[in-house]
Amino acid sequence: MNIHEYQASNLFREYGIPVPEGYLAETPEEAREASKMLGGRCVIKAQIHSGGRGKAGGVKLASDPDEAARLAEGLLGSILVTKQTGSKGKTVRKLFVTECADIEREFYFSITMDIRKECPVLIFSSDGGTEIEELAKTAPEKIGRMHIDPVFGLMDYQLRYMLDRLDLEKDIRDRITDIALRAYRLFREKDCSLVEINPLIADRNGNVTAVDAKINFDDNALFRHPDIRLLRDELEEEEREREAGRYDLNYIQLDGDIACMVNGAGLAMATMDIIKAFGGSPANFLDVGGSATKEKIEGAFRILLSDPNVKGIFVNIFGGIMKCDIIAGGIVDAAKSTSIEVPLVVRLTGTHEEEGKKILAGSGLAIISAEDLADGARKICRLVEEARK
Amino acid sequence: MSIWIAKDTRVIVQGITGGQGRFHTEQMLSYGTKVTGGVTPGKGGTECLSLPVFDTVREAKEKVGADASVIFVPPRFAASSIMEAVDAGIPLIVCITEGIPVQDMMTVKRYMEGKQSRLIGPNCPGLITPDGCKIGILPGSICKKGHVGVISRSGTLTYEAVDQLTKLGIGQSTAVGIGGDPIRGTGFTDVLKAFDEDPDTLAVVMIGEIGGSGEEEAAEWIKANMKKPVAAFIAGRTAPPGRRMGHAGAITSGNTGTAEGKIAALRSCGAVVAETPDRIGEALLMAAKRAGILEELRR
Repeated sequence: MNIHEYQASNLFREYGIPVPEGYLAETPEEAREASKMLGGRCVIKAQIHSGGRGKAGGVKLASDPDEAARLAEGLLGSILVTKQTGSKGKTVRKLFVTECADIEREFYFSITMDIRKECPVLIFSSDGGTEIEELAKTAPEKIGRMHIDPVFGLMDYQLRYMLDRLDLEKDIRDRITDIALRAYRLFREKDCSLVEINPLIADRNGNVTAVDAKINFDDNALFRHPDIRLLRDELEEEEREREAGRYDLNYIQLDGDIACMVNGAGLAMATMDIIKAFGGSPANFLDVGGSATKEKIEGAFRILLSDPNVKGIFVNIFGGIMKCDIIAGGIVDAAKSTSIEVPLVVRLTGTHEEEGKKILAGSGLAIISAEDLADGARKICRLVEEARK
Repeated sequence: MSIWIAKDTRVIVQGITGGQGRFHTEQMLSYGTKVTGGVTPGKGGTECLSLPVFDTVREAKEKVGADASVIFVPPRFAASSIMEAVDAGIPLIVCITEGIPVQDMMTVKRYMEGKQSRLIGPNCPGLITPDGCKIGILPGSICKKGHVGVISRSGTLTYEAVDQLTKLGIGQSTAVGIGGDPIRGTGFTDVLKAFDEDPDTLAVVMIGEIGGSGEEEAAEWIKANMKKPVAAFIAGRTAPPGRRMGHAGAITSGNTGTAEGKIAALRSCGAVVAETPDRIGEALLMAAKRAGILEELRR
């Protein structure tokens, strides 16, 4: 789960990590007020779940409250297209108005999981501000990595090793060490998958501040963090993905026209792949899971059909423990109650396959049955190709 | 022969009294798996499906014997259940549970260092040795006894592969689902090693997907060590970058974990990689033909 910068900044403050003073603004008036409280000069930052906001024009500098209000007016409701949002971009609904930082040096700091080593890793660079992926390409020697033992945690000597090599004043070094230890505590206590500060800055007086704040959380751990769950911004999610979440379905919107409904994530990915290989274009990834009930299948059909691009549906179910006749019954009921007007190809294999196929054939619905994966993919691609004409 | 499990493997079920645990215990019993008992804290002394239920894994192991344990407990208790089984000295632990926090698995793996237990999963369908033993949720009906080892990160895609093999008349020695989570107990390489050493396995089908680096590491191992032919498929060619595709581990970031990278790595080590998921069986036939073992596989 992602959260906004202003929310992450609040969490930093809770953990004693120095952050600039800042206020959330959802209207130009609120931005004006925030600017006043900050003494006029301020930074206005668009709050969307994406990096690369600065380059996309989502971060502005205002010198007084009037300018703050004017800039806020321009930003609110606008659509930001960043490297991470895709061409559709994201609508700006909230702004974070903060005091201006007096930047002497910029650092990059993050803690994330190193999946290969199965432990957290701290990444630090004395060249902050730019994107770390970019820096990794142009100057990999400037990036320091420190693996953290999950049992013993981050040791201050590890930070000494890393920071002693850099030309830093003792004060600044100590402050970065303190921030790192606090950030690691946050990372572990809140089950984060990423805590990133880019840039972490030092000013002329040697104060170190987290000017940006980015935190991602492990979805699987949200059950033990009710406080974090409240930070979820549903408006940042694609509408159909949000709806799918309610039915406990795993749905990802794509830009094609063949809707897919599959049981199991691996088979769902493979189904998208084969549609593409046969000349079609998948409209989505959808895993209905191992225990697809009638309600779930119905919900899934509704979500698929609400996508105006969809010109055909391919249901690909490998009934292992789940029996095909039960699934077929669910499909027939759902198809009847959702009035499907596009071609529907169903491939059912596994336990009670014959009974399942009989139910589909006897339903009176225009369901096209497929023998296997390839047959189903070929049929749906051909039917949608015809529908496109 | 087979790897890790056979007809005489004694299995206990952690979480036997829950809905999933109970249902799949029934399925395992009807397949012929020697389930000796179950564990549910607080329900010790009772029975479930005529099997004794114990409060702890240690007690179950002492009283009824266990070579393996299969875990069906909810995510919030799963890490501690795995550690309990490790602590009790269970040699093979199969964790079916989906949705365990990553940091919990990190702790589990650290805890397992230097211990003797092998963990399969979590978030996996388990493993099956046709006509012998099944531990987990794989459907036994589609399997056929034979000589192809199957390894996969995905559940239903494993079924797809096994089904294609069976329909081609090719049986399996053991099929292992290693799970879709980023941190897992047993990786591709561990299973490949076991299949390479198993005299009854003559060829291997390996099914990977985007995310992580397990397939690339496996390809390196195959290149340096593997004596048996390998066929493969990688799911997720068309997955959009940066999105988690159902499985927590199925996500690409930048240039790492892409399907193209994995396919290239596997081809470079001599594996036959199926272009599309409907041709996994054919890929295996081709790999076997090249190695000149097609006839033996059909036996």
